Amino acid sequence: MNYATSMMRILMLVGAAILVALPAFVPAYFLHLLIQILIWAFIYTAWSLMGRFGFVSFGHGAFMGLGAYIPALLWTFWDVTPWIGIPIAVAAAILLAVIVGYPCFARRVVGHYFALVTLALSQVVLLSLTAARDITGGSLGFTQKTVGHSWYALQFPEKSYFYFIALLLWLAGLLVWQRIDRGISREALEAIGEDEDAAAAVGIDVMYQKMRVTIISAALTALGGAIYGQYFMYLNPETVSGITVSLQIVFAAIAGGVYSMFGPSVGALLTLALTEGLRVWFGTEFIGAANTIYGILLVLCVIFLPQGVVGALQRMKPKRTPQPAKPAAVKP
Amino acid sequence: MDIYLIEAMINGILLGGVLALLALGLNLIFGVVDVVWISYADIVMCGMYGIYFLYAQFGLPLPLACLIGIAGSACLGALVHKLIISPVLDSPPLNQLLATGGLLFFLQSFATLLFGTDFRNIGVRLPVLEIATMYVSFARLIAFGVALVGAVVLYFFLKKTYTGAAIRAIAQDREIVGLMGIDQRRVYLVVSAIGGALAGLAACLLALQYDVHPFIGNTFGPVIFMICVLGGLGNMLGGFFASFIISLIIAIGGYYSSTELSYVFAFSFFIVLMFIRPRGLFTP
Repeated sequence: MNYATSMMRILMLVGAAILVALPAFVPAYFLHLLIQILIWAFIYTAWSLMGRFGFVSFGHGAFMGLGAYIPALLWTFWDVTPWIGIPIAVAAAILLAVIVGYPCFARRVVGHYFALVTLALSQVVLLSLTAARDITGGSLGFTQKTVGHSWYALQFPEKSYFYFIALLLWLAGLLVWQRIDRGISREALEAIGEDEDAAAAVGIDVMYQKMRVTIISAALTALGGAIYGQYFMYLNPETVSGITVSLQIVFAAIAGGVYSMFGPSVGALLTLALTEGLRVWFGTEFIGAANTIYGILLVLCVIFLPQGVVGALQRMKPKRTPQPAKPAAVKP
Repeated sequence: MDIYLIEAMINGILLGGVLALLALGLNLIFGVVDVVWISYADIVMCGMYGIYFLYAQFGLPLPLACLIGIAGSACLGALVHKLIISPVLDSPPLNQLLATGGLLFFLQSFATLLFGTDFRNIGVRLPVLEIATMYVSFARLIAFGVALVGAVVLYFFLKKTYTGAAIRAIAQDREIVGLMGIDQRRVYLVVSAIGGALAGLAACLLALQYDVHPFIGNTFGPVIFMICVLGGLGNMLGGFFASFIISLIIAIGGYYSSTELSYVFAFSFFIVLMFIRPRGLFTP
């Protein structure tokens, strides 16, 4: 183990210690922000599992919507505990991913076409949730049945509980990212992202690899959506599904950078800090001001920083040891 | 057959005319510039606001307001190309998609900032026609007629003029046209302006039927992409027919269930068809 990696370990341990100790020091408002950042960071990381290989899905709003709504509806109307509801939601997301993913991959729907098919998928979930207004309240949204502090209902008025749940979730997401990054399938997926025919010709099981990463990504996104729903209690189709959420996921992940483990998390941190900062700065009389600046920054980011913030920082860092060549790593 | 169903279908086909106009604009831009404008429907939103303010606030006559709206949208189209598209022309397609997606965020929030989230109506009440005990919206009839005329004008422009020939040449082979003495950058700019103008025309027609608000683009945007992809991206004739198929599905679905579910049917139909014909319905 060389000096750099041991420094890295120490830094990570210090970071972990700070993250664990944080709830004891920061006020509730910042804890609330941190929880949101962690949940979104988890979802963005889940998206980047696909996005980094060029499978750009605009349909993750669909998986998040399923994840948020299924446990909430099951609990509110049928008294089913989220401990059962969340696995059902994840299973539903996997089922949806298979139903749409398999034919997509079998029929070679790629690039623009894949992005737009998945965009339609997220609209299908958004509009279905809105149309089922008898139980979901339509575009007015609905609030889950509250019972106060309960492990059974996975409801905690005390924010620090959700902070630790979100923290664990986020760490688990990073672990999954790392396993895929270090596994053999990363090479396979990069090859597929470059050229499917060539990848198939060298003996890569294109369908298996794509389905696997899609299922993992969809399942994690649904899980993130479920925790989001448990934390916020109030759900609205527009805030957990549809084109707006799908685009938000894509943008934040890309803004942070999808080729490094912390990239999507940095994206979550930056975008939330930005929107929240601008919101506080402009106050409520200028609704839209925050998102206007956000939109401009997105465009500038795509034009000038296509590798994302973390990617750009990494390129600036002087390289001490010769790095192994990274095929396809610069294709944003 | 139920008379109300026929009525719904007629109104659906009439709406299809406006969608066809938007699909033409988006397909033109895709076929020539090779960029998908995710924010295309938001140009329509800008046009609708322009017409609303010119007509309802400043009291200009409606035809003049529409003309200025179309010209403004054309300028906006060219501006979007200059500022956002041309810097990313050589980037991977997904970056282009994202750049225009950022524009979508920007336009929607900027409109919210300027105008608030109120629904505004230009306040033109056109009569509802009664034809053989069926009610047909006059506004939709006009929109359908104007959209068809717009499509025909575009067709002759592309077929008969020098610029039109240059546009078609680029769509066929973008490598070789530079050697033929065609200035690609200029053609791209012209096409973006035409795309903007078509969005402006659609804005005039939609302003007669719908209230304008900052997020109205989200109502039409996804449907237009779906139509374009269904017809084959860049295939203008395909997009034209696909818009009527989709609007019929929406109309019939809306008749038997709710509006949202009719869109669910349309999107699901689209997803399934993409599996059957991944390059679009009309692409051989």
